Amino acid sequence: MRRAIFASGWFYVARRLVQALLVIWAAFTVTFIILYLVPGNPAEIIAGGASGAQPTPQQLAEIDAQYGLNKPVIVQYLVDLGHALQGNLGVSYQLKEPVSTLIGATFPSTCELAFFALAVAVAGGLLLGGAAVYLRPRWAQRTLDALPPLGASLPSFWVGLMLMEFFSFRIHIFPSAGQQGFISVVLPGIMLAVPVGAQIAQVFSKSLRSVYTEPFVEIATAKGASRLRVFFAHAVRNALLPVITVTGMAIANLFVYATIAETIYSRDGLGLTLTNAVQSKDIPVVQGIVLVVAAIYAVASLAVDLVYPLVDARIGTGRGARLRPTARAAADPLDPGKAVIV
Amino acid sequence: MSSLQAAEEAPGSEPTGIGTGGFAPLAGPGARTAAGRVLGAVGYVARRPGLLLASLIVLVVLLWAIVPGVWTSYSPLATSISSTLKSPSGAHLFGTDQLGRDVFARTVYGTRLSLEAAFTAVLIGLVIGSVIGLFAGYNGGIVDTLLMRVIDVCLSVPTLLLAMAIVTAIGFGSVPLAIGVGIGMIGSVARVMRSEVLRVRESMFVDAERSMGAKTTYILFRHILPSAAGPVLVLAILDLSTAILALAALSFLGFGAPPPAPEWGSLIASGQAYLSAAWWMSTLPGLTIAIFAISINRIARELQEKRPA
Repeated sequence: MRRAIFASGWFYVARRLVQALLVIWAAFTVTFIILYLVPGNPAEIIAGGASGAQPTPQQLAEIDAQYGLNKPVIVQYLVDLGHALQGNLGVSYQLKEPVSTLIGATFPSTCELAFFALAVAVAGGLLLGGAAVYLRPRWAQRTLDALPPLGASLPSFWVGLMLMEFFSFRIHIFPSAGQQGFISVVLPGIMLAVPVGAQIAQVFSKSLRSVYTEPFVEIATAKGASRLRVFFAHAVRNALLPVITVTGMAIANLFVYATIAETIYSRDGLGLTLTNAVQSKDIPVVQGIVLVVAAIYAVASLAVDLVYPLVDARIGTGRGARLRPTARAAADPLDPGKAVIV
Repeated sequence: MSSLQAAEEAPGSEPTGIGTGGFAPLAGPGARTAAGRVLGAVGYVARRPGLLLASLIVLVVLLWAIVPGVWTSYSPLATSISSTLKSPSGAHLFGTDQLGRDVFARTVYGTRLSLEAAFTAVLIGLVIGSVIGLFAGYNGGIVDTLLMRVIDVCLSVPTLLLAMAIVTAIGFGSVPLAIGVGIGMIGSVARVMRSEVLRVRESMFVDAERSMGAKTTYILFRHILPSAAGPVLVLAILDLSTAILALAALSFLGFGAPPPAPEWGSLIASGQAYLSAAWWMSTLPGLTIAIFAISINRIARELQEKRPA
């Protein structure tokens, strides 16, 4: 750890990559265990998908053999894991199509939605959180401080319905359903952005206030920097670190909460695939989506850790790396930036 | 962030329960008796209008769950052909739905099912998370490292997704949903419990107990658990509002109790089809959930600020 090679930046990157892979593997294992609890015979679910008729024991045995369901659990696990490593996530029980094809077909649409929501959330959250600290009137500060906790407590599916009620049915600006390009991303995107933006605003204003108590801000002011300059050049730059962390953590959440947005706005996406899969106990699809979301989480937290040193020079990738505030420390559940959106 | 973490794990700070820590000094001489403490708390709340309102709202909603019949004369299941899709009025506070059922009655009667599920979820998260956190924090070493790695993985899968995976495995309904959401909450409880245990474990009085030959289980349950309870309970209250929202979202997606049982999420879902014709069907129950969740959050934040840094 303390030797030169271990202190190099590349070793740090490699170590984080291995950690990311371990998270994905562990998520695979955890979901395998959970989904193995399924009561009932998976073969019946598979047979039921093809026809309503009661399958014969012989048919069930054939399906068992075809899907490898007659092998011991540990063998099934290892076979599944081996396949997953090759990008093969199994075959859907219901649709009889490869899970990777199903996910691949719906992923771009959800990606578009999630990243639009993320952009809105970051812009709105920074603006709101920054204004809450920068503005001087006490009433303005209090109002802006009160908004994010409200936003974080609204049921997001309800926000989605309200947006639809107003913007689609009252003033007819945005469509209430379908995928007609950018215009149909706006409402579901805003719906998803509300809780994430609220979280970012809370974290940003809290971190700005703590930066303002540090001596270097006072020194900059004493050297004659204007209020605006102190705010943007000194305070914001240093206050951004926790914002990067929550943003990174929110990405995986956005993909999951897209489920609700896609249900409300009838968008064909990963979330709708997930809802259907849960409804029909399509285990390979559920497991595949959990794996994809875990991968998104791992990649996002890897990206966060790699971006950190670029924003804050105090954080090295070498010897000082252990001082680096990890995503986990920032995810203190008691923090206002609690990494939960609903 | 590092300062945040430092505050979280600051050694040597006096551990105090929430009840005594926050309210006792305000209660004056009577603070040492239970009645004095309650009086002090009431006085404290009464001086803060926002907190007072939040407490009243939570109280009313709890009463909805306990005695729903007192709040409305309508039955949540009685249909009426003559009064379908009526907008809100004095007779029907939240209007009526497509079958002429009173939406307010359905919201009030839906409270019990929704809150039962939320409390179950929080209890599961609280108990299992606390045990894991206590065990990991007190033992330290390899046990701690292993358990926390597992917890990290659980935290890397969003709660809603974990709940959906669990529901896929064990079936639909209120109880499976509650179990799913509860398991999703284990991670954060375990982490907070562990960091509190680490803090308390090194304190003087635990050392003293140990030097007098106290058993580990005795120290855990007599000293460490009560000291660590404060922050964990605050988290549990925060989790309650999270659980209500997550459960509502899952029952909105159709994984909850089967119709016609009124449940907050499915209530809103059933209004979706009538959104353009009968706005009240989704709007008013949703507003109720939002106000309730906001109130719980307000109370949790108050308790959190009273937490010794």
